[in-house]
Amino acid sequence: MLDLYRGSMRLSILENFQYRVANYFYMIGMIAEPVIYLVVWSTVARAQGGSVGGYTPGEFAAYYIVWTLVRNMNIVLTPYAWEFRIQRGRLSGELMRPVHPAHFDLAFFVGWKFVVIIMWLPIAALLILFFQPTLDPTPGGAIGFFIALWGGFLVRFFLLWALGLITFWTTRVSALFELYFTVELLFSGRLVPLSLMPGWAQQLAGWLPFKWAFGFPIETALGRLTSQEIVTGLGMQAVWTLAGLAIVSVVWRAAIRRFSAVGN
Amino acid sequence: MSLIRLAWAFFRIGAMNDLQYRVNFFVQVFQSGLALATGLVGLSLVFDHTSTLGGWTRYELLAVMGVHILMGGLIRTAIQPNMERLMADVQEGTLDYALTKPADSQTLVSVREVRIWQSVDIVMGSIILIFAVAQIQTGVGIGQALAFASALLLGALMIYCFWLMLTTGAFWVIRMENIIELFQGVYQAGRWPVGVYPDWLRTGLTFLVPVAFAVTVPAEAVTSRLTPNTLLGAALLAALLMALTRFVWRRGLRRYSGASA
Repeated sequence: MLDLYRGSMRLSILENFQYRVANYFYMIGMIAEPVIYLVVWSTVARAQGGSVGGYTPGEFAAYYIVWTLVRNMNIVLTPYAWEFRIQRGRLSGELMRPVHPAHFDLAFFVGWKFVVIIMWLPIAALLILFFQPTLDPTPGGAIGFFIALWGGFLVRFFLLWALGLITFWTTRVSALFELYFTVELLFSGRLVPLSLMPGWAQQLAGWLPFKWAFGFPIETALGRLTSQEIVTGLGMQAVWTLAGLAIVSVVWRAAIRRFSAVGN
Repeated sequence: MSLIRLAWAFFRIGAMNDLQYRVNFFVQVFQSGLALATGLVGLSLVFDHTSTLGGWTRYELLAVMGVHILMGGLIRTAIQPNMERLMADVQEGTLDYALTKPADSQTLVSVREVRIWQSVDIVMGSIILIFAVAQIQTGVGIGQALAFASALLLGALMIYCFWLMLTTGAFWVIRMENIIELFQGVYQAGRWPVGVYPDWLRTGLTFLVPVAFAVTVPAEAVTSRLTPNTLLGAALLAALLMALTRFVWRRGLRRYSGASA
């Protein structure tokens, strides 16, 4: 099993390094989003006499620059991929293999992450140069961030993998997926740091998985959390990863029973 | 004149094609509604914490958002589908079919496709815009309306030129799909007036990617900010871009060798 992971990861790293330019276009398009949020909220903070929701312009810069790394780490198999796999009959081949297809996806994306991190470094350097972030991480925060980064990836990986399986039951999935992504955008800390949201929304966010995959790693890196909070957060990531894993294994079994191959 | 007839014919065929799939209309309405809700949440979060942003009030920014949605709808209805088709044609060599037709090739590749359901955003953006303008002032003068319409038209023209030039790049580098992601990312910046961005970014959004002219300038027209000089500048730049696009397109065509052989 370990060999399978090592092999798939190497393949993915090699493959993605080949498409450097395509990867960069993709990343630059993605950078626009946090830069927009950052500029808007820095403007608001300055107009409010230096800070808003506990963030100064420099801290917003730090938040949204770390955001770019977390966002890249958060990219997992899109649920739309299942439309392609099922409609084209690609799945039939994968079902023939003796291991669960999730293993191949997981290995592919873990491999890709190494490419992504290396390619992210120059972008981060430029953003730091332009936006002058205030960032003084604690050693505990740094270690916590490293774990939380991968924890967030796992949470999102399994939940979206499970979400994609809905495609086995209905072909009109885009409305549902978009709804999911919108809720995620609002309650993860992707749109704004959650401390800028009204109190009830912050409380609700704690009960949803999205914050643990996104806002929590960022706040850990910024040194805004006590070690107690970091440990709790990592625990929440473990809980949501296990929950996702459980949903995947149960739903998968029902899904392949529904599946009738198309094409070859 | 015959070119307009040609565009109209393509538009009718495309529209009739899309109109067969009625459910897609409801899916589109739902997705546009979600995007709108997200935009409104963002706006209200900002104004929970401040009363003006870079000199723009809440309803003025709502007007900017209206124009942004409207223009986005316009792009996705008429511009983007054509550019996607052109990119695919260059990759697969099927552009031959368009080039051998006895009409001007640039016009032809620019009017072949239309995605009618995307125009839901044009309607939705207009409604937001009208609502916002009604909150700001009591009436819109005929001069203001004309200025708005011409600013919008010029903005759309510039976006078209920008995009066709980029797409023409496909003649040289073939794989260009990711510019769609790139453009959509940068276009998001237009949701806020470009005046809030730092200088280097504002310059880029004005001249590199003409988001400023596509969204901010029309919004200035309906919020009594537009000076005749800006509009004149927009007209000049649009003319310049049209000429440049024509030139780039010709050069690109010379590179194209087809793939049928």
